[in-house]
Amino acid sequence: MTSSSLFNITTFAYLLSMLGFFAFAVSRIKALGTAASALAYGGLLSQTVAIGLRWKESYDLGIGHAPLSNLYESVVFFSWTIVLIYGLLDLKYRYKVIGAFVMPFALLGMAWGQLSLDSGIQPLVPALQSNWLTYHVITCFLGYAAFAVACGISIMYLIREKHEKSTPDNEQSIVATFPTGRVLDDLNYKSIMIGFPLLTLGIVTGAAWANYAWGTYWSWDPKETWSLIVWFVYAAFLHARITRGWAGRRAAWLSIIGFAATIFCYLGVNLLLSGLHSYGG
Amino acid sequence: MTTNEQSGIRPIWDFFCSLKLTMFTLITLAIISIIGTIIPQGSPPPEYLQSISQTKLKLYHVLGFFDMYHSWWFIMLLSLLSINLIACSIKRLPGIWKTITQPVMVMGDSLEKTLSNVTTIETRGDDSTIRDRVAAVLKTEFADPVITEDGEVFHLFAQKTPWSRLAVYAVHLSVLVIFIGAIIGSLFGYKGFVNIAEGDSVSKVKSRSNKEIDLGFAVRCEKFSVAHYPNGAPKEFKSILTVLENGKPVAGYDRVPVIVNDPLSYKGITFYQSSYGKLGEHEFIISDPDGTNPQPLRIQSGGSAKLPDGSGICLQETTQDVSPFQPGVTGPAAQVEVHMANGGNKTFVIYGNNAAMNRMNLPYTGGKLVQYRGGEEFMYTGLQVAKDPGVWTVWLGCTLMMVGIYIAFFMSHRRIWVRVQNGTVTVGGNSSKNQGGFQLFMEQLVIKLKKQLPLEDNK
Ligand code: HEM
Repeated sequence: MTSSSLFNITTFAYLLSMLGFFAFAVSRIKALGTAASALAYGGLLSQTVAIGLRWKESYDLGIGHAPLSNLYESVVFFSWTIVLIYGLLDLKYRYKVIGAFVMPFALLGMAWGQLSLDSGIQPLVPALQSNWLTYHVITCFLGYAAFAVACGISIMYLIREKHEKSTPDNEQSIVATFPTGRVLDDLNYKSIMIGFPLLTLGIVTGAAWANYAWGTYWSWDPKETWSLIVWFVYAAFLHARITRGWAGRRAAWLSIIGFAATIFCYLGVNLLLSGLHSYGG
Repeated sequence: MTTNEQSGIRPIWDFFCSLKLTMFTLITLAIISIIGTIIPQGSPPPEYLQSISQTKLKLYHVLGFFDMYHSWWFIMLLSLLSINLIACSIKRLPGIWKTITQPVMVMGDSLEKTLSNVTTIETRGDDSTIRDRVAAVLKTEFADPVITEDGEVFHLFAQKTPWSRLAVYAVHLSVLVIFIGAIIGSLFGYKGFVNIAEGDSVSKVKSRSNKEIDLGFAVRCEKFSVAHYPNGAPKEFKSILTVLENGKPVAGYDRVPVIVNDPLSYKGITFYQSSYGKLGEHEFIISDPDGTNPQPLRIQSGGSAKLPDGSGICLQETTQDVSPFQPGVTGPAAQVEVHMANGGNKTFVIYGNNAAMNRMNLPYTGGKLVQYRGGEEFMYTGLQVAKDPGVWTVWLGCTLMMVGIYIAFFMSHRRIWVRVQNGTVTVGGNSSKNQGGFQLFMEQLVIKLKKQLPLEDNK
């Protein structure tokens, strides 16, 4: 078995898992929810093995390095971290339906990687030959993934709130399977509580690397600046909760805006702006 | 302070303490930081400057958009953030400090009303026995309680990690510490750049603002090399550097390899592999097609010159022995690009030992015969040079921030109060974080208490 066929299996598992969660949300048949999360866990397992294999394959080619070095590898890793964070939340809180709003992000990542990105294993250019690359990428992406989960939960919050206003007690709607607004608000906060320290650590490891590699821990390069923008948005989110009138709907919007900024930081900067970070090129 | 003064200062103080200001500053910083990621910073390329209108150019200059992260208004915003942070802490810290150092150890009526999980247990028996049993359970399950006796009533109070309330202030302090580190760096440090040819040494570098800085010692480049992967992609750029004091190599700093991601530090000054290139001078002979009227022409490696007819000639690459590349030809060769006087560009090779082949270029060189005589060439290494005495302060701030955030999010100050009065045990508690988890803990605690206490028969 090669890593590439395992990645294909993973993509397929995430697709089925997402469809399973949708079917569960509509039908409220419990078994569908269980099957969908089983598929998500199965996909996560196969993806974990695949990432390990790809790592080994790079050593077999004589250019060994952690599979975190280009756009394809990063998007695959992003998808892995999203399912991982979702899994942790699911094990702890068991709100299955959240999967319907999180798995699409993971699937999107895998599908994009598998269908249209160059998946060849390339040697590392000198600038990336450092252990800091691994620490930096892992912490950043775990943070991004927690924000993706928070974004999914915030969308649920807004849908639920809108629905409750228009049709106050309609027990038949999909929304009836959602956790209550208060629980969603709290889960949003909890996900960001995981993401914020990780993003902070990601920025700090990036700064440490920059300082080690070229003597400036901060140079206001577009990628750095965007990571700081993301950080400001989530810092605002954290303070929003202790400011009267900002919890609930506004906090949900801040979380969604934060994730949009995150995606821009990850992809937009490389595709639209110029700078030091070579992903996407 | 008179009332008059107070009424003047009060609103300003409240303004700087408000969390609304925090939200405003954070969101404003997020939004305006975008500007500098769209408009090129530092010295923007000429093509960019030509692509925008004169009015825009003037406006951007006036607003400092080309160096916006150092502009007065951006610094102002960061200062506003700091003042807000400090004011907020001054306002709140004394209260928090009091909560930590002088805990309320007696659950009175007003405190009881604020707790959401008060449970009462009816027991049989003597209050002091009950008190001891409750104390034992609290000690094993939670923390050693403090007991206060108030006439007929016993009050028990136990708490865990009260100091975790300080974590948020550590996070806020860390932001200020990082700012201080950055200020130290910009006042007492510099960033510079230097090129050193193989075999040469330098003792001065150029700072970003084009000032000469004396290192206080010298650095020699012994050798520079580039390695490639089989597919041609660059694998490693390596300079071998030696630090010299009074012209002599310093022990431990002799022939140190420096590659990208692995710099050399000496006396707080660090040298980073950053770029490289070739240095040298090459001699060409320009003559009439038959070789008469020879004129020498010197061109630097990678440099350019003018031919007699006004065409420009740019030197691209040279070799002192062309035979490995072109069997059958010997001697030096140079690849050049000519920008002809009549427009049009042409790239070709000029040889040292092959006048016949050189004659084929006559149409591009204004009818003159150009021959390459050879030249001397060395590699040079381009090093980034940095000194930043503030960097350890920044790392201290970052560490404080990480530890602070972790404690602020994942630890909580939990307090439990118990009142024992006439056989009735009243239990209540609160937690500064994670109320859901604490609720479950309290439910378990009450179950355990009930097991240890002689309960009143169901009445
Ligand atoms: C403008 C400056 C700031 C002010 C005035 C401010 C003020 C506050 C206040 C009053 C609290 C609540 C403390 C409490 O619950 O007793 C707080 C919490 C917090 N602040 Fe700030 N803050 C500022 C900037 C920042 C920044 C830049 C960060 C970035 C790391 C930050 C991180 C936090 C964190 C992590 C919490 C805890 C939030 C939570 O527990 O949910 N603050 N801040």
